Amino acid sequence: MKPPKSPGDGARKGLVGRLADFLDDRTGYRAVVHEALYERVPGGARWRYVWGSTLVFAFMTQVITGLFLWASYSASAQTAWESVYYIQHEMAGGWLLRGIHHFMAQAMVVLLALHLLQVVIDGAYRAPREVNFWLGLVLMMLVLGMALTGYLLPWDQKGYWATIVATNLAGIVPVVGPSIQQLVIGGTEYGHHTLTRFFALHAGFLPGALILMLVVHLALFRKHGLHARQPITKPDAMFWPDQVLKDAVAMLAVMAVVLGVILVPALRAMLAGEAVHTGHLGAELGAPADPSLPYAAARPEWYFLFLFQFLKVFEGWGATGEFLGAIVVPGLIMGVMFLMPIIGNWRLGHRFNVAFTLGIVAGAGLLTALALNEDYYALWVDKASLADARKLYDDTGGDEKKLAAVLGNDRAKIAAVEKQWKTLEKVRHSQAFLDAAKQARLDAARAIELAGRPERIPPAGMLELVRADAKSQGPRLFAQHCASCHAHVDPRAPGAVEILAKSSAANLFEFGKASWMRGLLDAQEVAGPAYFGNTAHREGDMVNFVKNDLADADQWKRDDIEAVIVAMTAEAGLADPGVQQAVLEKGRDLVADGERCGGCHKLGDNGTEPGSAPDLTGWGSREWLVGIITDPTHARFYGESNDRMPSFGKAAEGAAPMLSPQQIGLLADWLRGNWYRP
Amino acid sequence: MNAHTHDAGVGPDRAGRRNFLVELLALACGGLATLAPIGAGLWAFLDPLRRTGARAAFLRVTELSAIPDDGVPRQFAVIAERNDAWTGFAAEPVGAVYLRRTRGSTAVEALSATCPHAGCFVEIESAGKCFRCPCHNSEFTLEGAIVAPSPSPRPMDALECRVAQSGEVEVKWEKFRAGVAEKVVQ
Repeated sequence: MKPPKSPGDGARKGLVGRLADFLDDRTGYRAVVHEALYERVPGGARWRYVWGSTLVFAFMTQVITGLFLWASYSASAQTAWESVYYIQHEMAGGWLLRGIHHFMAQAMVVLLALHLLQVVIDGAYRAPREVNFWLGLVLMMLVLGMALTGYLLPWDQKGYWATIVATNLAGIVPVVGPSIQQLVIGGTEYGHHTLTRFFALHAGFLPGALILMLVVHLALFRKHGLHARQPITKPDAMFWPDQVLKDAVAMLAVMAVVLGVILVPALRAMLAGEAVHTGHLGAELGAPADPSLPYAAARPEWYFLFLFQFLKVFEGWGATGEFLGAIVVPGLIMGVMFLMPIIGNWRLGHRFNVAFTLGIVAGAGLLTALALNEDYYALWVDKASLADARKLYDDTGGDEKKLAAVLGNDRAKIAAVEKQWKTLEKVRHSQAFLDAAKQARLDAARAIELAGRPERIPPAGMLELVRADAKSQGPRLFAQHCASCHAHVDPRAPGAVEILAKSSAANLFEFGKASWMRGLLDAQEVAGPAYFGNTAHREGDMVNFVKNDLADADQWKRDDIEAVIVAMTAEAGLADPGVQQAVLEKGRDLVADGERCGGCHKLGDNGTEPGSAPDLTGWGSREWLVGIITDPTHARFYGESNDRMPSFGKAAEGAAPMLSPQQIGLLADWLRGNWYRP
Repeated sequence: MNAHTHDAGVGPDRAGRRNFLVELLALACGGLATLAPIGAGLWAFLDPLRRTGARAAFLRVTELSAIPDDGVPRQFAVIAERNDAWTGFAAEPVGAVYLRRTRGSTAVEALSATCPHAGCFVEIESAGKCFRCPCHNSEFTLEGAIVAPSPSPRPMDALECRVAQSGEVEVKWEKFRAGVAEKVVQ
């Protein structure tokens, strides 16, 4: 190896040459560069050696993108989700920046596995490289720690709940567990300090430690030189440029894959002629974290799914099981990995190490596949083939004795049906997850839609906006408090008939609109399950009126009924914009008429006293709906002939009302379709 | 140094053209790969350059009767809604103006309280005879004119001001670039 050129060699130098000489004389940089670039690679540059370099590249990418993200991210419970939304949807190029950061993190996990596999298989953990191997394992834990801490930072539902699980598992470590947990989350509850601590870990402590360890890892690597894969058949090469070329190509390939994952959906959409919203490219953003709501779609990121699945093995073992599955077994596995350099000295040690590592990777892969299979099972199963089994389940209530009775003790048939019941159970679990995941996506889309309002997000944060959004909260409140009696389903939708049959109060789908009113005034529908059919009024005055009076063409022409419908939707404030004033007034007069509807119903000042029928003044308006939900027993509504509807807004002695005014308002708004639309 | 003596085909002296090609390719691949994160980062980092401030609007500040017509400027808070990245703030104090009325006049003169020198909040001197900025001691007359010698490059910025029929005083709330002689909207 020729020593670096010293000044004065060769022909007269140009300016650059002399500048370089000056710098080298003052800093000695040429020796350092030489040392760095001209490392010998015994046996020639090989593709199998690129993984370490790709990991360094991936980490550099994360530092660069991380720094730029840091310039825009705000780590507080009121601003974390909001700042990430802003980066993703409103900053130029923010979606690309965040997308690279998100997917490169996932790529790093894959590269970690590849690097580990190569090192173990090639026996590069053997003396004198044991310490470097241990450092590598520590580096792996640091990278996984960064993935875990980073996942929480958007403070969205999926990050929040995944981390809750992780920190709870940390809490079951013996002796120090609860203290570790409290230190990590900054208190006894998740809050401000959870985010600040996780952010400090993610952007400060962990990368700092990683860089330190990496410097030592690389220094040790250089000290011992590359451990070549035997047998050596090619001549030696230099790190620069031969191995660097292979490394660089691999880095480019990794980057291409990451960019591909981000951009391919956009390309597909463009080719299909669909609009491309850059905000929807790259990393997903879930709905803002809400500790008060169930989140059945909670899952860790895919590279931790194997741990998630592994814990299911210990279901039913109670606290011991959790301890074994989350702490002991993973701890033992890490222990064996740390011992691999020692084990490698034994006779069949190397083979054991390779088998063990391959086994772990394969096992993790298998567990990941199992986890995905459990979650997505319902998508792959032919549900039609299970229809008979489902019917049998409904009929027998899952009781084996009843099943035996139905199938006449045919063992083969019973076994077959029970097998199908197990499949049904799996389908149910999977469907629950898929439904929750779908709802999570809808919630996320709605939150992003709300965040884009011209009024922006209030200082208290996005959650305040979501909790005041009728579109988000209405269905939840309805399901919790109203759906036990009322249906809210499009009568034309598949499955609507079954739902309506089970209801015991009116279908409230499109309440206040012409379609609802038309059904009410239809002799075929009024006593049906969508209106009075399943209530105490199924043979009451209104039903009789519709069936007899309204059906009489002499009393009521088609035009009259249409006018009434128009008038009533106008009372609700939900009339079509093109409605004619004349028709409206005619309808109103008809309703107010003491010989017609006005005989029972009050409308404006038509002289009828409320008591025998609900007051139709402002019927279907927000104020009217709030009134009837608050207290249907009020004389203004059903009074003493109220069927079974509770007074949600009235406090029964000493207790608080079932629903707060805000909740009742949200229900009223939701029923009327009154929510923000962009 | 080291004892590597048999180095045929290895090291910086080997076949020049092939070496150069490999080096070029290595640099190109590595450079391209690094371009993506740096490019994406800079793209987002430069986002603030494409943002224009909110369009200046006339904001109601006070009533005519609240401004004594003695020629002495008085400080009034400017209340406005504002957006800050993702947050929309409801009406709250966003700054202050000095309003002045001379004897017998119904016209109001408005001066921005932001010093044209470096942006500090200009105060009225305790004796009430002139404005003084506490940061670098720029002094201005009560009409806003520079009292030389002064670090300020221009007089205090006058703001458009109008009085409605009802007596409501409205000021066009604007910010101007500090440290320059011309009065340019920021």
